Amino acid sequence: MTTQAAPRGRRGLRETLRSPRRRARLSRGVQYAVLVVALVLLVSLADLGEIRRAFFNTEVAAAQLPAVITVALVNTVIYTLLGFVLAFALGLVLALMRLSTVAPYRWIATVYIEAFRGLPALLVFIAIGTGIPLAFPGVFLDRYLAVTLALGLVGAAYIGETIRAGIQAVPRGQVEAARSLGMSQTRATVTIVIPQAFRIILPPLTNELIILTKDSSLTYVLGSTFAQQELTQFGRNALNQYQSLTPVLVAGLCYLVITVPLGFVVRRLESRTARSR
Amino acid sequence: MSARTTGSEPVVQLDGLVKRFGDVEVLRGIDLQVARGEVVCVIGPSGSGKSTLLRCVNLLEQPSGGRVVVRGTDVTDPDCDIDAVRRHVGMVFQAFNLFPHLTVLENCTVAQRKVAKVGKEQAQQRAQHHLGRVGLGDRGDAYPAQLSGGQQQRVAIARALSMEPDLMLFDEPTSALDPELVGDVLEVMRGLADEGMTMLVVTHEMAFARQVADRVVFMDGGVVVEEGPPSQVVDAPREARTRDFLDRVLNPTRARGADG
Repeated sequence: MTTQAAPRGRRGLRETLRSPRRRARLSRGVQYAVLVVALVLLVSLADLGEIRRAFFNTEVAAAQLPAVITVALVNTVIYTLLGFVLAFALGLVLALMRLSTVAPYRWIATVYIEAFRGLPALLVFIAIGTGIPLAFPGVFLDRYLAVTLALGLVGAAYIGETIRAGIQAVPRGQVEAARSLGMSQTRATVTIVIPQAFRIILPPLTNELIILTKDSSLTYVLGSTFAQQELTQFGRNALNQYQSLTPVLVAGLCYLVITVPLGFVVRRLESRTARSR
Repeated sequence: MSARTTGSEPVVQLDGLVKRFGDVEVLRGIDLQVARGEVVCVIGPSGSGKSTLLRCVNLLEQPSGGRVVVRGTDVTDPDCDIDAVRRHVGMVFQAFNLFPHLTVLENCTVAQRKVAKVGKEQAQQRAQHHLGRVGLGDRGDAYPAQLSGGQQQRVAIARALSMEPDLMLFDEPTSALDPELVGDVLEVMRGLADEGMTMLVVTHEMAFARQVADRVVFMDGGVVVEEGPPSQVVDAPREARTRDFLDRVLNPTRARGADG
């Protein structure tokens, strides 16, 4: 530094950019300006009346009630929970297999996880909903069973990896302490490791639940009666019926009613875990 | 076969214990006996194998060679029920390793209930007794994270004692503690020793070794260099390596030659 700082108010741009703090303030100002310009453009260019007619038709929206809640939302929740139960149970088994000392178990679990993580969930739905009845005439999959299988088989691959990571995140000293008290490996895993692993994986597990909630929309490939419709199918049918986007918006809002609180729970859990470390 | 030991039989007997990690030989033929009621302190520079030795006693590390006999049972025999042996051998770790998802009281009852199949009330009574003994009788409902390091380590001692062991292994129990918390833990250990507990202690606390140990074992490079009563090993070591180690521990700030 050889030059004196210029008096305030007569500072040139180059002078301003030399200070990191002023540079950051300038950058922030530019970002706000861009945002305001974008919003002004959006509002002035969009045809608000058209948008309101298409998305916010209150009559069409009212016509969705109460079925969108009592049928569609309820079915989405049921399908999701059924899938989650299987995904969780199978995922726990896969995680323990991945950590097994018996090599073939590890191989089987790895192949399963790689396969089902790599496949689109839609393909699994098609395989189970359409493929199995076609390939094995006479085999009839109950609808709930088919949904549970499709969601569960895919979810298990992700949840399995989540649980495995959680188990491995429990410090080795915990097992050593348990074993030094005379617990067997199995007893230590069940009583000491798994409860701690679950605290660690609660946030990612809740994320899996959010993903399953959205994946339950794929149930539409199974075809459904009115009483079996979940949110996406319901919105799609109403879209055709009313020639309006409003039912899609309503269905979307219903998803958010489920997923936003879950997301909130995830953030709470994450901050709690962060504090207890 | 009876697992009980007679009065004269040592609680721990190591015959030519060898432990290798890959190509590195950490223990190179250790012979050591700990008699009933004896307090043995193992000292030595880090990397000398003293923690590994301790962990071989309850088989947290699998010995590569030699024999480890605990309470009359050869634990290096592949057919031995190690879980049964460990029930009678308490261990206290440098990092405490309390179970964070359980309360202090549950930490002290879980193994009694699940392993020793002690009834709930009796387990709690025993736990409460040992928590009182380490001065934490009123903290049973707390979780480990709510306690200081010194308190956690005392709970860890109470947890091990709740299984009513007749041998206690201590793996540098005060090394992770703030200096002002070391005293409470050592005080509890001294009390145990006074009550006649058989103890094998890996430690850097020379004052503790000098005052409490019946015998001090100095290890370096995977072998026992010198052993004997503290008055000999700590106060008047015969071996140059022991003298050098003690000099470094007791006078850490003194200027030394080349690699000091």
